Amino acid sequence: MTVRRIGLTLFILFLLIPIYWLVVMSFKSNTEITTQLTFFPNHWTLVHYDDIFSSGKWTGSFLHSLSYVVINVAITLPLAIPAAYAFSRYDFLADKHLFFWFLTNLMAPPAVFLIPYFQLYHSIHLFDTVFAVALAHTLFNLPLAVWILEGFMSGVPREIDETAYLDGYSLPRFFIKIFIPLIGSGIGVAAFFCFMFSWIELLLANTLTSSNAMPFATMMSSAFTASGTNWGILAASGTLSIIPGILVIWFVRDRIASGFSLGRV
Amino acid sequence: MARIDFQQTGHRYNEDGPYALKPMTHSWDDGGAYALLGPSGCGKTTLLNICSGLLRPSDGRVLFDGRDVTDVPTQGRNIAQVFQFPVIYDTMTVFDNLAFPLRNRGVEKGRVRERVRDVAKMLEIDRDLRRRAKELTADEKQLISMGRGLVRDDVAAILFDEPLTVIDPQLKWKLRRQLKRVHQNLGLTLIYVTHDQTEALTFADKVVVMSNGEIVQIGSPQALFERPEHTFVGYFIGSPGMNFFPCELDGAEAVIGDSRVALPEGLASRAHETGARSFKLGIRPEFVGLAADDEPGIAAPVEQIEELGRFRVVTAWVGEHRLVAKLSEDTEDLGSDRPRFRFPQRWLRLYADERLVEHEGETA
Amino acid sequence: MNNKITDQRAWLLVLPATFLVVFSSLIPFIAIVNYSFQIVFNMHNHSFIGWSTFHDALTNDEFRSALGRQVLFTASVLAIEVPLGIGVALTMPRSGRAVGPVLVVLALPLLVPWNVVGLIWQIFARADIGLFGAFVNNVLHINYNYATGTFSAWFTVVLMSVWHWTSLIALLCYAGLCAIPGAFYQAARIDGASRWAMFRFIELPKLRGVLTIAILLRFVYSFKVYAEPLQVTGGGPGTSTTFMTEMLTNTAIGQFAYGKAAAYGLLYFLIILLISYVFYIVLTRVGTSEGGE
Repeated sequence: MTVRRIGLTLFILFLLIPIYWLVVMSFKSNTEITTQLTFFPNHWTLVHYDDIFSSGKWTGSFLHSLSYVVINVAITLPLAIPAAYAFSRYDFLADKHLFFWFLTNLMAPPAVFLIPYFQLYHSIHLFDTVFAVALAHTLFNLPLAVWILEGFMSGVPREIDETAYLDGYSLPRFFIKIFIPLIGSGIGVAAFFCFMFSWIELLLANTLTSSNAMPFATMMSSAFTASGTNWGILAASGTLSIIPGILVIWFVRDRIASGFSLGRV
Repeated sequence: MARIDFQQTGHRYNEDGPYALKPMTHSWDDGGAYALLGPSGCGKTTLLNICSGLLRPSDGRVLFDGRDVTDVPTQGRNIAQVFQFPVIYDTMTVFDNLAFPLRNRGVEKGRVRERVRDVAKMLEIDRDLRRRAKELTADEKQLISMGRGLVRDDVAAILFDEPLTVIDPQLKWKLRRQLKRVHQNLGLTLIYVTHDQTEALTFADKVVVMSNGEIVQIGSPQALFERPEHTFVGYFIGSPGMNFFPCELDGAEAVIGDSRVALPEGLASRAHETGARSFKLGIRPEFVGLAADDEPGIAAPVEQIEELGRFRVVTAWVGEHRLVAKLSEDTEDLGSDRPRFRFPQRWLRLYADERLVEHEGETA
Repeated sequence: MNNKITDQRAWLLVLPATFLVVFSSLIPFIAIVNYSFQIVFNMHNHSFIGWSTFHDALTNDEFRSALGRQVLFTASVLAIEVPLGIGVALTMPRSGRAVGPVLVVLALPLLVPWNVVGLIWQIFARADIGLFGAFVNNVLHINYNYATGTFSAWFTVVLMSVWHWTSLIALLCYAGLCAIPGAFYQAARIDGASRWAMFRFIELPKLRGVLTIAILLRFVYSFKVYAEPLQVTGGGPGTSTTFMTEMLTNTAIGQFAYGKAAAYGLLYFLIILLISYVFYIVLTRVGTSEGGE
């Protein structure tokens, strides 16, 4: 038992140290970052945070990113769940190929999608909206969610479905009252990963937006200028960008750790 | 073959919370087949988990064959368990599944093969030994689960936690039959948790009826049927459940509204001795008959009659209380819409504050 | 596995998701297949060249060495992250007050934008202004400089990847472990199984689904790695840490050879596809009997 605790603690430290480094950097001046090694800032400064919060562009960009991520998860999960159920419970024409094909959408280098997407979203008048990014991100999030959920659904014995039908449950009621609680871990973790991958994605978000729906990733790239990199502001925005994700995983933590308990059945 | 003793055994999940299982003292014999029967939340699963070692009781002690096992974990008790859904090792064959408990205990190969073959034969899954366990049907998987308990020599009791839950109704009888065979052939103590009375009554020698964390009655299926010691047992067992009529006592008769029913000798006085404040008269629908013209009876207007093959179920009203009678299909027609019903004294039960008042000369 | 029922109506359940993904992927995909067979000089001059572009790619030194480095990188990263991720998942608490905080810490590296990951490590691993670099050089007395040393550069990009991505595997496996009903552990205890046997016969088989997706994801994303190593080592020293995506980007943008780059890109995609398919077949067949699924 203790060996495991030590191992886990070491790993947690390993993860936390660069984060601590990031956070501390955000409170240092750019000069200090690039010239000295200090554990804590010699002069604590809030100038980078100030730059961010006082700029409508920065705060607006956070909101844009948050919007499209939330919309994306709201589209992805309800579509992924029935699809995953079909893959898990039924054999149908070309099912294995379809399943693998879903995954292949994660593989293509995104760079190749940029120009076609640019044209596509212009033509349907969604360019420079959060909806464009939300939709575009389903390219990789839908397959991901379907794959994760299918894995969890296959862990629930089929007999439970059948028993429920015999007891008179209709498919929707069975789903909501019995099935979804049983795959709670899968839904929690799928929701988190969809959030995370969409939040992180730069290329598509950049390409499909300009001034109206600018994501914070684009704002961050403005910190790389010809006169040098604004490390401090990158560190500060990096630190801030972690926060929504922390809230998400905190929110779904019980879902993820929820066990499989056959309650009423 | 284990005798299980409970000494003031009880459990509550929180220090000052309600008891999931109220402290009780009981002994269960060697080799008996016990069914723990009751509605959800009655404490039967808690009791089973205390037996298996999954739960350490907050109160009292548990003994197996005189040995205190309260603090002994599951693997130290000589028990096996079958769960609500089939628990098998997916990656192994049926043979390996059954051999697993023996191999873990270092049993030598020849003996392993022998035991596995024997058990598989008894459970009628010997033709499937080479197959991957996960390919079998649910009921066959449950047999494997049970088989893992049976291959071991040191198993004293097998615990079943609603094992027929995910089994196809058509196949439930197959598993029940296997259970009976196992019980007859091996004489192990079997403890079976269920909320289904049919399962309990067909499986068990002794049924432990539970409600609200308490054991209400332990008895053979017949005893529970004919002599429910508590109105709850009357309600719960039997389909439909027992009829109950709140009544007053007047001399040697029970008064239900306008009707009077003669009670067996001495019953009324014993009822008064209990000092109870409420009385109920109970009789099972199966024992209600039609009164002939010269016999005493209670007239009750009929609400409906259901023909159910060999039975005719008649629902009538005695005052404000429903009377259900289960008559055989060859009783004559009721005659009128307000026939007279007969309550044979032999099957009359009187309850004082929900508890049975003993008939004279009857043993518990 | 459970027995599946054959029912074509299942297509109805899958249709909405399929439709959306087709909308997102097929249309643009056709466009690039088209491009790769042409030389696009200034995006106006199209002419069909065909297979020669692919042939050039496979014999090109630049392509092959980048591919070689990429394979080595991905192999190293998977070899470390998969066992480590599983191990971490096994040690993570599944109940109690520590669950939330541990999950948060695990999630942190995944939430950092990829260019910031590169940023952190770029400074962190420097000997003069970085905590890690200083520690290795001055406390462990190992010569460590990712700008000048090939091994140091490799070590840094691999370590950065492990830091960044192990949590993906750990979180997926953790959720998978939580989904295992307690009855299995109870039964294993009754059967007298050792901890290792429980892992081998219960946990690992039940993790197959999540491990498949975790390994495939890690394979694909590490094969496509770009921003993080670029930020730290710039592909160097020299070209020692120039992996496929960077090589492709240089070809497209640096050399203005869009057709060539598109051909490379398609080939690259096909390689990823092929290896993923192999992984997929292997991972879904492991532990299954021949012919019975």
